[in-house]
Amino acid sequence: MNTKVSQPSPTTNLLEVKDLRVYYETPGGDILAVDSIDFELKEGETLGLVGESGCGKSTAAMGILQLVQPPGRIVSGEVRLQGKDLLTLSEGKMRQLRWSKLALIPQGAMNSLNPTMRIYRQIQDVILTHQTTGSDKLSADQIKNRILELLRMVGLPERIYQMYPHELSGGMKQRVCIAMAIALNPSLIIADESTSALDVVVQRVVAQTILRVKQMLGVSMIIIGHDMGLMAQIVDRIAVMYAGKIVEIAAVRDIFNNPSHPYTQLLIESIPSLKEQKPLKVTEGLTHDPRHPPPGCIFQLRCPIVTDQCRSIAPKAHLIRVEQSVACHAYENTDVARTV
Amino acid sequence: MPTKIPMLLELSNATKIYQQRNGRTKQAVVALQDFNLKIAHQPAKIIAIAGESGSGKTTLANLILGFVQPTSGQVIYQGVQVSKISKKDQGVAEETEDISIANSKQMRDYRRNVQAIFQDPFGVYNPFYRIQHVFDLVIKNFGLSDNSDQARQLVESTLNAVGLRGHDVLRKYPHQLSGGQRQRIMMARAYLVRPKLIVADEPVSMIDASLRASILDVMLRLKEEAGISFLYITHDLSTAYQIGDQIYILYQGSVAEKGKVTKVIERPHHPYVKLLVDSVPLPDPAIRWKGEIDLPAEEEMRGSATSGCRFYPRCPVRIDRCLENQPDLYDVSDDHQAACYQI
Repeated sequence: MNTKVSQPSPTTNLLEVKDLRVYYETPGGDILAVDSIDFELKEGETLGLVGESGCGKSTAAMGILQLVQPPGRIVSGEVRLQGKDLLTLSEGKMRQLRWSKLALIPQGAMNSLNPTMRIYRQIQDVILTHQTTGSDKLSADQIKNRILELLRMVGLPERIYQMYPHELSGGMKQRVCIAMAIALNPSLIIADESTSALDVVVQRVVAQTILRVKQMLGVSMIIIGHDMGLMAQIVDRIAVMYAGKIVEIAAVRDIFNNPSHPYTQLLIESIPSLKEQKPLKVTEGLTHDPRHPPPGCIFQLRCPIVTDQCRSIAPKAHLIRVEQSVACHAYENTDVARTV
Repeated sequence: MPTKIPMLLELSNATKIYQQRNGRTKQAVVALQDFNLKIAHQPAKIIAIAGESGSGKTTLANLILGFVQPTSGQVIYQGVQVSKISKKDQGVAEETEDISIANSKQMRDYRRNVQAIFQDPFGVYNPFYRIQHVFDLVIKNFGLSDNSDQARQLVESTLNAVGLRGHDVLRKYPHQLSGGQRQRIMMARAYLVRPKLIVADEPVSMIDASLRASILDVMLRLKEEAGISFLYITHDLSTAYQIGDQIYILYQGSVAEKGKVTKVIERPHHPYVKLLVDSVPLPDPAIRWKGEIDLPAEEEMRGSATSGCRFYPRCPVRIDRCLENQPDLYDVSDDHQAACYQI
């Protein structure tokens, strides 16, 4: 796929997340895993959600899908999919939406297949479970054709149909999971670290599959991961998370060409290059106790440009250029528009 | 002619074959084949071993650390053989009468001088003990100090070398430290005995990207300042390129290409290594991958294990000759070799 990912500017938001908070209860107090995040996702857009492990990116995805397990709980917020607030839906309604509107490619997707079921059975399950009304029931032949079509879409040969997961390589299992995710033509797919356990060549094949599926179906995606190189290749916008908050959100080229939050800058600088040998950028990495975030900015303990203001007042998100928003006091006077 | 100084560590035709039971038939899986490596005492070097999973990287680490024994070939430490050849292949062992087998004192010396760091900085700790315990054990085991004052100084100076301070970490439990700190403590533990070689098996793959540099930096400094060589096993070409001196790229148990790291990465010659280097996603949204690639079916990839080039089923430039014999490593330039007939 040599074509650049097209970046039309659709105006409708498929997904709107407002003030989402997901906390985990522990004996020592709540862990603020996701602490008031806001973002939007346009129709057909791919958003990368990046940050180090423990920053809350997977928890945010679980919050959107309402799959937060105890001791975790959604404390507050709105998750609007095509205008409808998912957090107000009943579990039964939500079950109907999963797979059909919102699909998840889980972390370690390759281990999420049932080892005792042939591939076609697993995909068939997704299709059958969501045939709610009698009228749209597919015949056995139609289902088989649909499954074969799905396998073709993710670039797998037909003989996979009859195979068991253990007969497939990691990259193939990953693509089976993508096939399951697109089986019901969802409007949003969330892929959680779907290529992190794969070798670079296989990772490239899986990433290409994701790009191809996106072009074919025009589906919106949230891709969670920490590999900035991979993000540069496949997403349109990036949201950088740190300790439960989104510290910067911008178009992918602005994140790479103009990283603005000190943490984003750190993240970009720490990408090892294959082009030139350069000295390593070493930083001290102590994060605060997630149960007791310090007053003020959450990044203050690691920030190279921390000031007294940062230790007392939490920064607001400043819109420093069109669609680039940074939560840092350093940009207080550089808003292109109002504070968002 | 000066007397020959033995290498610090030498692997000569080291081969490891696992027997896999497949129903009633047995199948031989060649995890590592005829691997040759020489690490000199001086100057200290970082030797990167790269390859996809199943390429034999960890088998190589296990052979060097003595966790598994080679099916044939030898692991030679300072001129004495530290590997035991499995009984079945005694015949092979007899060919090398000039290398004596290590006695127990030499084995202990080898154990001390070849240290290891593993991938998972969470799993290697006993959660019930404070960090202090990790160091106490090593000091006791190797008799590193006569009194507690001396021991404390030794631990402190070792921790300082990896950028930590004793009073910050020693009284803590493993769960109170970050992954990066834990991995640096593992580095300190290895460095405590002042070894000559550290085998680091994927030491940064479980560390957050923003903290990886601190681990790699410790490796560089221990090499420069303490003269310790590293065998840096990784699947990540970019970090190998950043800190490595030499690189060996393995494909299904055999070396596809090796040499000076800048030469191999900047001008790869083996078709597999070219594919590998091309596939590393560039952190630049303006430069996308060139063209689409596909993988052959799994069984085709694992095929031709016994004869010919391992990469044949996937190779874009294969010729009939590749099926006959596995290509030797041919010189591309000084300190750069690739196992391909097309060079």
